[in-house]
Amino acid sequence: MSMKWENKGFKTPLARARGLGASRSVVDNWVKLRVTAVANVLVIAWFLWFLKNNIGASHAEFTADLADPRNAIMMILFIITVFYHASLGCREIIEDYFHSEWMKIAKLVGAYMFFFTMGVASIFSVLKIAFTVGV
Amino acid sequence: MSDSKAQKPERPLSPHLQVYRPQMTSMTSILHRATGAALSIGLALFSWWLVAASIGPEAYGVFGRFVSSKIGLLMLLGFTIATYYHLANGIRHLFWDAGKGVNIKSAYATGAFILFFTLLATVGTWYCVIVYGGAFL
Repeated sequence: MSMKWENKGFKTPLARARGLGASRSVVDNWVKLRVTAVANVLVIAWFLWFLKNNIGASHAEFTADLADPRNAIMMILFIITVFYHASLGCREIIEDYFHSEWMKIAKLVGAYMFFFTMGVASIFSVLKIAFTVGV
Repeated sequence: MSDSKAQKPERPLSPHLQVYRPQMTSMTSILHRATGAALSIGLALFSWWLVAASIGPEAYGVFGRFVSSKIGLLMLLGFTIATYYHLANGIRHLFWDAGKGVNIKSAYATGAFILFFTLLATVGTWYCVIVYGGAFL
């Protein structure tokens, strides 16, 4: 495996050095956190309204409401932006507190696996409900 | 310089968190991280909710019994507080990122405001849950 900084191929010195400074590629992480934060504000407004509509709802009532395409779409957007924001935030926390490179990588991989698994499970569940309830 | 470890003198350490009196600025900052981390882990509960609903009424009933148990309700209350706090303080951070209100006076005023908002929104939410969701509790 050749590393990013090795002098191979047609990369310019700048391309090889980029992202390897003291801050690595963390500005990218910082921007994404803010963008997903704004998105979160919007989807949480919908989420609170959705929860309000389903206070005390039975399983049948809840799945019927979630199966409405407008709600199913918003729920999937909610899952994507919230889980993405959570994984970015945890990346920031892990990078701040774990200084051993291998421990840091292990924690990051673990965190990404956690959020990816939970996110995929949640989205799949919404799709299953949307495609099977009240059809 | 061979046995440096044994001869290392005791050097003074720079002061850390415990020497400072808690301030509005540092506490709201630390709480933002703490609530963010807690909410991230709490997403497991959110996933359980949706997966249980997609499996069927029995699985949804198991989830319902858990969240209406004492520990479940405590988790939901924590979820509510953390969500409102992280939401309000997150918006406060977005204003700071835009260069607005970056001074001690504003930081204290907005800090007090978001704490008040968190309390008010949490009480309001649970009032609605108890009044309109009597059957669930």
